[in-house]
Amino acid sequence: MVRSPFRRGVAEGLPFLVIMVPFGALFGVLGVEAGLPIAQVMGFSVLVIAGASQFTAVQLMLDSVPAVIVVLSALAVNLRMAMYSAAMVPHIGAAPLWQRSLIAYFLVDQTYALSVSAYEDRVDWGVADKVAYFAGTALPVFPAWVGSTFVGAVLGARVPDEWALDFALPLAFLALVGPLLKTRAHVAAAFVSVVGALALVWVPWNLGLILAAILALMTGAEVERRTAARPVGTEQRT
Amino acid sequence: MSPVEIGGPGVWGIIAALGVLTYLTRFVFLGIVGDRPLPGWLLRHLRYTGVAVLPGLVAPLIVWPAATGGEMDPIRLIASAVALGVGVWRKDVVQAVVAGALVMGGLSWLNG
Repeated sequence: MVRSPFRRGVAEGLPFLVIMVPFGALFGVLGVEAGLPIAQVMGFSVLVIAGASQFTAVQLMLDSVPAVIVVLSALAVNLRMAMYSAAMVPHIGAAPLWQRSLIAYFLVDQTYALSVSAYEDRVDWGVADKVAYFAGTALPVFPAWVGSTFVGAVLGARVPDEWALDFALPLAFLALVGPLLKTRAHVAAAFVSVVGALALVWVPWNLGLILAAILALMTGAEVERRTAARPVGTEQRT
Repeated sequence: MSPVEIGGPGVWGIIAALGVLTYLTRFVFLGIVGDRPLPGWLLRHLRYTGVAVLPGLVAPLIVWPAATGGEMDPIRLIASAVALGVGVWRKDVVQAVVAGALVMGGLSWLNG
C-alpha cells in the first residue's frame, strides 16, 4: 500500500489525540479554575502551544511570582524545543524559509517525535515529502490541542470541588516525567532537580527552581559525558 | 517586582512574551543556524531540560500541598509514587495520569 507522505503523517498523528485531548482539557479546566478568562486560556494554547510550560506559567502566577520569573521558568521548560529544532535541520533545512517558519510554530513533542522517526525510516523521501509528512502530523494534533483546551475551559467552572483538582497539576507533571527517565543521566538530573528545589524553596521569586534546574542540567550532562567515556558497568567511585 | 493579577492585562503580557520566546526557541536552529553543526556540549545540556525543570517544579507541590495547608499528605505521596512508577514502567503519559488519579480518588474515598 502506497500512501502519500501527507496522508501517512495524518494517520500516524491521529493516535496522539489520546494524549492531547485530556491534557488540553485539563489545561482549560485548571486555567479557568485559577481565575483566567477563557480568552486568556485560549491565548496560551494558541500562542504558546506547549502544555508543560503553560501549566508552569499558571501555577507560578497563582504563587504570586513576578512576571519576569513566570516567563523565564516557563521558558526553561521549553528549552528542549531548541533541541528539536536542531534535530530537524538535517532533514528539512533546505526547505523554503516560509515553510520552516510554519514548521517551527507547529514543532511540539508529538510532531517532532513522529517526524524524526519517520525521516530515519524513509531515506528515499525528498525535502518536499518530509515537509508534507510533518504537515500531516500537525493536522490532527494542533486542532485537538486548541479544541480540547476550549472544551475544558467551558466545562471548568462546573467541576465539583471534591475532585481534589489541586492534585491534577502535579499529577500531570509527574506523568510527563516518568517516560523521560530513559537513562541513568536522566534519573540523576531529575534527582538533583527534586532535592535542589526542595532545599532551595526559601529562595524568593521561585529562583530556587531555576538554580535547581541549572544544577540538574549540569548533572545530566556530566553523567552522560562520564558514562559515554567508559563502558557501562565499569564506573569507578570518585 | 510585583506579582501578576490573575485575569488582568498583565497575563496577556506573559502570554505574548512566552509565545514569542517559545516560538524563537523552536525557530532558532531551523531558521537561523541552518546546516551548521552544533557543539556537543550544548546538545548534551539541552537533552536534560525536561528532567531538570519538571521534577523540581512538582516536588514542593506534592510534599507541601497548598490544599492541606502545607501539611504532608500520605495519600498524595502514594498517588504521586504510583503515577511516577507507572510512567517509568509503561512509558505512557495517559496511563500514568489515570493510575495516579485512581489511587488518589480511591484512597481519599476510603479515608472518608
